[in-house]
Amino acid sequence: MTDVMPAEGIFSLIWVIIALPFVGAAILLLLGRRTNSWGPYLGIATVAVSAVLAIAMVFSMFGRAAESRTVGQDLYTWVLVDKFQVHMAFQLDQLSIVFVLLITVVGTLIHIYSLGYMAHDENRRKFFGYLNLFVGAMLLLVLANNYLLLYVGWEGVGLASYLLIGFWQHKPSAAAAAKKAFIINRVGDVGLSLAIMLIFVTVGSVTFHDVFGTVDKANQGTLTAIGLLLLLAACGKSAQFPLQAWLLDAMEGPTPVSALIHAATMVTAGVYLIARSNVIFDHAPTAALVVVIVGCITMFMGAIIGSGKDDIKKSLAGSTMSQIGYMVLAVGLGPVGYVFGIFHLLTHGVFKAGLFLGAGSVMHGMKDNVNMRRYGALRAFMVITFITFLACTLSIMGIPPFSGFWSKDSIIHAALEQNAFVGALTILAAGITGFYMTRMVIMTFFSKARWEDDVHPHESPKVMTIPLIILGIGAVVQGFLMLYWGDIVSWLEPVVGYQEKAMPLPEPVILSLSIGVVLIGAVIAILMYQRRPVPIEAPHGSWLTRAAREELYGNQVNDVLVVEPSLQLATATTWFDSKAVDGFVGWLASFTGALSGQLRRYQSGFARSYALSMVGGAVLVVLALILVRLS
Amino acid sequence: MTFPWLTVLGLVPLVGSVIVAFLPTARPTLAKQVAFVISLIPLVLTIVMALQFKADSTAPFQFVESHPWIPAFGISYSVGIDGIALVLIAMSTVLVPIVILAGWNDGDTGRGSVKGYFALVLVLETLIIGVFSSIDVFMFYVFFEVMLVPIYFLIGRYGGVQRSYAAVKFLLYSLVGGLFMLAALVGLYVVSAQMTGTGTFDFLSLAGLHIDPFTQKLLFLGFFFAFAVKAPLWPFHTWLPDAAAEAKPGTSVLLIGILDKVGTFGMIRYCLPIFPAASVFYAPIVIGMALIGIFYGAYVALGQTDMKRLFAYSSMSHFGFIALGIFVFTAQGQSGSVVYMVAHGLSTAALFLVAGYLMSRNRGSSNINEYGGVNKAAPVMAGFFALAAMSSLALPGLISFIGEFLVLIGSFERYMWVGALATLGIVITAAYVLRVYQKTMTGPLKPDLAGIKDLTGREIAAMAPIAAIVIVLGFFPSPLLKVINPAVDRTMVATGSTTPGPAIAPAEGSAP
Repeated sequence: MTDVMPAEGIFSLIWVIIALPFVGAAILLLLGRRTNSWGPYLGIATVAVSAVLAIAMVFSMFGRAAESRTVGQDLYTWVLVDKFQVHMAFQLDQLSIVFVLLITVVGTLIHIYSLGYMAHDENRRKFFGYLNLFVGAMLLLVLANNYLLLYVGWEGVGLASYLLIGFWQHKPSAAAAAKKAFIINRVGDVGLSLAIMLIFVTVGSVTFHDVFGTVDKANQGTLTAIGLLLLLAACGKSAQFPLQAWLLDAMEGPTPVSALIHAATMVTAGVYLIARSNVIFDHAPTAALVVVIVGCITMFMGAIIGSGKDDIKKSLAGSTMSQIGYMVLAVGLGPVGYVFGIFHLLTHGVFKAGLFLGAGSVMHGMKDNVNMRRYGALRAFMVITFITFLACTLSIMGIPPFSGFWSKDSIIHAALEQNAFVGALTILAAGITGFYMTRMVIMTFFSKARWEDDVHPHESPKVMTIPLIILGIGAVVQGFLMLYWGDIVSWLEPVVGYQEKAMPLPEPVILSLSIGVVLIGAVIAILMYQRRPVPIEAPHGSWLTRAAREELYGNQVNDVLVVEPSLQLATATTWFDSKAVDGFVGWLASFTGALSGQLRRYQSGFARSYALSMVGGAVLVVLALILVRLS
Repeated sequence: MTFPWLTVLGLVPLVGSVIVAFLPTARPTLAKQVAFVISLIPLVLTIVMALQFKADSTAPFQFVESHPWIPAFGISYSVGIDGIALVLIAMSTVLVPIVILAGWNDGDTGRGSVKGYFALVLVLETLIIGVFSSIDVFMFYVFFEVMLVPIYFLIGRYGGVQRSYAAVKFLLYSLVGGLFMLAALVGLYVVSAQMTGTGTFDFLSLAGLHIDPFTQKLLFLGFFFAFAVKAPLWPFHTWLPDAAAEAKPGTSVLLIGILDKVGTFGMIRYCLPIFPAASVFYAPIVIGMALIGIFYGAYVALGQTDMKRLFAYSSMSHFGFIALGIFVFTAQGQSGSVVYMVAHGLSTAALFLVAGYLMSRNRGSSNINEYGGVNKAAPVMAGFFALAAMSSLALPGLISFIGEFLVLIGSFERYMWVGALATLGIVITAAYVLRVYQKTMTGPLKPDLAGIKDLTGREIAAMAPIAAIVIVLGFFPSPLLKVINPAVDRTMVATGSTTPGPAIAPAEGSAP
């Protein structure tokens, strides 16, 4: 356990990184229409300055020895009741800084892109305000030095996501999706709340440093419970099985939101939570095993859903679920996996943002149509979008030397080292990734043009394509650079630990196996969609395709198991309350009324009867007092 | 002799109400303006008083004044406040001007005059200050009962169609509760007379009596029943939805936001220190009632189509949390309950006032199904509604979160499964609150509401302070906790409770 260094020099500005986006949000939302002209630029500026500060800090950290890179900043005592003491305090270390960089740098690019994408929206200012709120909350989440403050950031991103998914509130589907996301996340919050409580009653503190220093003394059952509760929280925020159902509906939000929140950052919060709590999971192997299982299930669910959807954003959302499944699985593997889970999270954050923004760029040129069956042959009409989308696709498929290859390959290795079966599953899921991504590229950019007559595909303006180019370049070089130049493994090791194991198979065998499977997936997609015409009406499809379109019946299961019973219980309780409880009171009243029928003749109103009983009461008091005095 | 802060604080609104009552009936606007200006004076006084309050004082009460009233029976005019009373008085003096400003036109319709409405509100403020600052139990009882009168008239004269039914139901219900308390009060006096020779109603003397457990158990019930009706706890809640639905939104704020707190305040102030053994004895039953109330209220709220009834049932659910925190006998639980009371006052005010704004624009209808898409036409109103909803569901970062989380962790420390069960309530809370927001504010704008106007400057001015307080206290709750904690510690000592420690010893030299 490394010591926490005081926040001096540039590090005294840690709080500013968080405060800037919040200030931007406050100004944009409070001043309202007055900020219409300059507000969006203010939004961009605040996040960009935070990004610059973060970059300055990471260089400053490079200059320090590995064991003195953890910096703490304590602002004030936030909550103090008896022994429950929580500070408004931040911790910047090797783990949080990589998140801060991802959030602020990708956040800045997405802000810039939104200038173009939201140019004609009358509530553009509000949109930037919400984006800023989101960035601020996410930064609070990853910089908090304790679980309770993390919870504030955690719920803050939930609120921002609620506001952004429902940004077009006049659409009932958007409003419903926003509510659904919030409520499902609340289930996850129950997990986080209970985890915090259990941690507190176990070690008497909720600060990371204290908790991780003592938690190994706790008994196995408690540690497993904490681990499972944290996993429940992670499942909500990161859309992991069984709390995955909100993510696809969340695509109702404007596309930059999907990129920022539902691809690059928010959904990775669960992975962060598990990686941050690595000490707990290291001592709770059962909980870690469940993490791996949940990751595996979601990895396949997402991939299958992504393969069946014709809506480009929903297909990407399925893909996001699947990739986060990879990350969750990786961090569940323990010290062999934490580093690679985070590594994949960082590369994915860039190339998936590129894919979503690319999809947004396609929609922009296609009259906001999201149906890939109405796309086709777009590569000639939007060259930059096509090339960057292709780069990001090759990256997510794990084709060398694109960045996704390095991170996904590392996870596959770690999984194989730990358990051959899990390793085989990760390779198989990579094959499905190859299938659905190739399918997406073919249906959008290749095959035959299938758009309607009044659609005139065109490339997006520079303000949108430049962020795409930057993200596209990232998708090519980031993985290699981080692994070999940035040495992500030894960078993160002091925080999450690292442990190397012997390879079960020779390296080239694993490599050719995983790439081979991906290529098989790609070839199947080519045969199905490039060689054969894509019908505009979706064909009936196999049972698997139909299930994938229905998101593997996640919503139906929720409805039958949770939503319907809850509503029925609400109806029943309401009936019970008005008939039984209130009915009893009413009966009591009329019973009393009948008894006091005689009295009522002399009473014209209840206020007087009240006055009478007060007098009666007073007489009673006086009598009693006199009795006592006499006795 | 120091300045009689509490007496002056209590008298100002009373004098104000007399002034308002004597204003010409023909000039309603003047009555509104005068009432508003007068209601600001107690607010200023409270702020000045709060600044002089010494959080680290060892005295149980500060700003104490005591004068004999009926010496023959040991009754005195005694006022004084601890941190709990201080924050509740502060909440009340903040909310009264807000209610007057927000309910500017609430007195225009109804059987009574405009000035009458505002005079009643000011009288009520005096009684509220009195009930929270009494340290003589008889005096507390008097305020507790007399408080019913202005509320009865506020509902009965200015309320909706079913106002008479609602007002009478409220009155009778409270009256029954009050009678039980009266009986227990007399019993308490008798006991004190037997034990010390001279009977007394002085709170501190009574709290130091060490009454035998059997008598405690009997007397506790009288007090507790009155408080459980007032709060209200399940199953004594059925007066609340009717009263809330028929009352003007401003009256509902005074009733649910402030007056109902007297119930939970009474539990922590009177039941626990005077009847410590009985409180511990009955705790499992109260916790059971609280838990049922949390879920029962939330589920019934989920089934409501009337906004005001919905908020009333949601309050019932919140009162479950507050009672739970008090009766788990941990520092976090009880401090959390007091914070929760303040937070609930603020969020309930925000919810009812926004509902009032909405209803005033659509012929007073509070039926959720008649609304839809209001966000499109009135974004500022929708924004405040969203914030009120977030405050009600205790979003981390707002003061209601601090209260709720402290209650939950305090319960969890004592009874792990109780705390865990109560935590599940946060999901249903989100469900009913977001449902009402979704139904009223989102979707396409209903044709009937086409001309709906956004909030006026006055309406915004009433909401903005609540919004600011809810957020600022969420990040800086120390001003509340610093004064609440010592009072809670005294209650903990009085009931002989200690907060459980961690399962394993903390690390050496652990950093905060």
